[in-house]
Amino acid sequence: MPSKATTPACAIWTQTGGRLLLDLSGDWLSGGSIPEIRGKTPDQAPTRYSTENLGEFDSTLPAFILAHLRSLEKPMGGDAGEQPKPSLEGLPPNLLGLMELALAVPEESDARAKPAKPSEIRKLGKRSLAVWASILSVAEFTGQSMLALGRFFIGRARFRSQDFWVTLQDCGAAALPIVTLINFLIGSILAFVGNVQLASFGASLYVADLVAIAMVREMGVVMTAIIMSGRTGAAFAAHLGSMNANQEIDALRTFGFNPFDFLVLPRLLALVLMMPILTLYANLVGILGGMLVGAAVGIPPLLYWNETLAALSLTTASLGVIKSFFFGAIIATSGCLQGMRSGNSSAAVGQATTRAVVASITAVIVLDSGFAAIFTVLDI
Amino acid sequence: MSDPQANPAPPTKITVRDLTMTYGAFVVMRDLNFEIVEKDIFVIMGPSGCGKSTLLRHLIGLQEPTKGTILYGDEDFTATDPSERTGFIRRFGVMYQTGALWSSLTLAENIALPLEEYSKLTPKAIRDLVSYKLSLVGLSGYEDYYPAQISGGMNKRAGIARAMALDPEILFLDEPGAGLDPLSSRRLDDLILSLRDSLGSTVVIVTHELASIFAIANNSIFLDTATRTQGATGNPVELRDHSENPAVRLFLRRGEDSELATSNLS
Repeated sequence: MPSKATTPACAIWTQTGGRLLLDLSGDWLSGGSIPEIRGKTPDQAPTRYSTENLGEFDSTLPAFILAHLRSLEKPMGGDAGEQPKPSLEGLPPNLLGLMELALAVPEESDARAKPAKPSEIRKLGKRSLAVWASILSVAEFTGQSMLALGRFFIGRARFRSQDFWVTLQDCGAAALPIVTLINFLIGSILAFVGNVQLASFGASLYVADLVAIAMVREMGVVMTAIIMSGRTGAAFAAHLGSMNANQEIDALRTFGFNPFDFLVLPRLLALVLMMPILTLYANLVGILGGMLVGAAVGIPPLLYWNETLAALSLTTASLGVIKSFFFGAIIATSGCLQGMRSGNSSAAVGQATTRAVVASITAVIVLDSGFAAIFTVLDI
Repeated sequence: MSDPQANPAPPTKITVRDLTMTYGAFVVMRDLNFEIVEKDIFVIMGPSGCGKSTLLRHLIGLQEPTKGTILYGDEDFTATDPSERTGFIRRFGVMYQTGALWSSLTLAENIALPLEEYSKLTPKAIRDLVSYKLSLVGLSGYEDYYPAQISGGMNKRAGIARAMALDPEILFLDEPGAGLDPLSSRRLDDLILSLRDSLGSTVVIVTHELASIFAIANNSIFLDTATRTQGATGNPVELRDHSENPAVRLFLRRGEDSELATSNLS
């Protein structure tokens, strides 16, 4: 690289009698060579510096000197302030100014000591307490939401109806394109996979049964719930989290508005109302996707449709819809919970959003397997 | 300014007795005792991180004291259940550090929201009232702007307008001057003074901006980080000149206390 010629940085310690000389020479630049240190680094501060051959320097030089002086301070420990100021004789004026500034306040020994390694048992204990605290906070939040719902039904909850309609639109109509795409593809994938197996038995027509039952019982509602977790649950968490960071939730409280009524309730209601509708829609789109693949492998659409209707009973068709109420409630609650409990920095809002999505997807899948077990036991 | 000798002692608005504030096991401040009287411009001051905002949060009920009582007039605020504080809430307005306007609402909707909740005014009357409040803080014409569309200083002023929405007796302002240029900060001081004089409000301000403190405050409390309790109460100018507490003098003189500067710097 064609740059200005620099002489290598060099530090030489010389001990003469009781005096210790530190000779600094060359260019001390962060882009230059690694400083060469000659002589044994002593455990005392230099009594004098010599800088006749010192070229240019940037922060690397004061950092080098300070690191040496600080390393001497440490063993003295607690009684800072009693330490004699090290001699800075011989330093050029600008470097002298910087060193005096850096040494003006002794190193805070507590500040470094604090992040001491806690023992494993202590860590385990802390983690268990944190898990317990989060269980409590989920329970409290759910309880508060239920109370807010109760107040809503007796007409005492106060929120802006506009908030409700905006949220309703956002988690209903605005979600249609992605719900359509995902469920159409899921329906056709099921049909493809089913057809490969069933065709070898000459039972291709049963693709319609397979797609219908799989979509309506499981895939339609679960895929929609996952989409809504990532889309709407995350949006709830991020919105409430940044409101919290900006003290907007405090402002609601000081005006006597209950944040649960005002923020959580419209979101909870909107999502619980829209999830079943989205699920029905998703089921239909999935079946259409299957029908398209069916047509491609030679099942006439009318025949496919009739077979679908024959496969579905009202009970089967309602299972997914029933589940969707619960999934909607879980997604809204965990999004709002994480948002309201978020810390007040931008990083905390990001973490809250992540936690909201992870928690709601996990809860949806766990709850769905619970439902599967219950439905099996009940034989429906 | 009114002469305190001329009329009988003004009524006490807020009384704080033996207030101790903690975060878990960490004691933020202990045994605070002070009174705020009507038409006071009362400053809560102290070094960064000493618990000024925490004290404000206690006064407005966002945090519950570990020990001690807060009285509004004669009524015990701390003994009242948080869900039944609506009566108190109507008596004070709060401006938060960043304004904390509800970001999904326009300025007009921000100010109208408490009015819609607590008054029986017609929509037209509310609109008029909103315009009036906004013009008091020099923001008339900005009704339909969203908080993100206006500057930080304007957000703070709009925050004051919202705090005044319900004509409260007491205004709480959290660091009104922080982050403002000197002229905006000065205008805000003038605004606070004229609101006090014309509306007769009592104003409680959290700040550590000395210029502001000396310009507007007539009473104050200094929270001392070292002792974790109040360092002094009283008129800030008098505290600067005559306080017994070196930490208070040092703070109010920007560290230029002739007797102490040298010994306290290390």
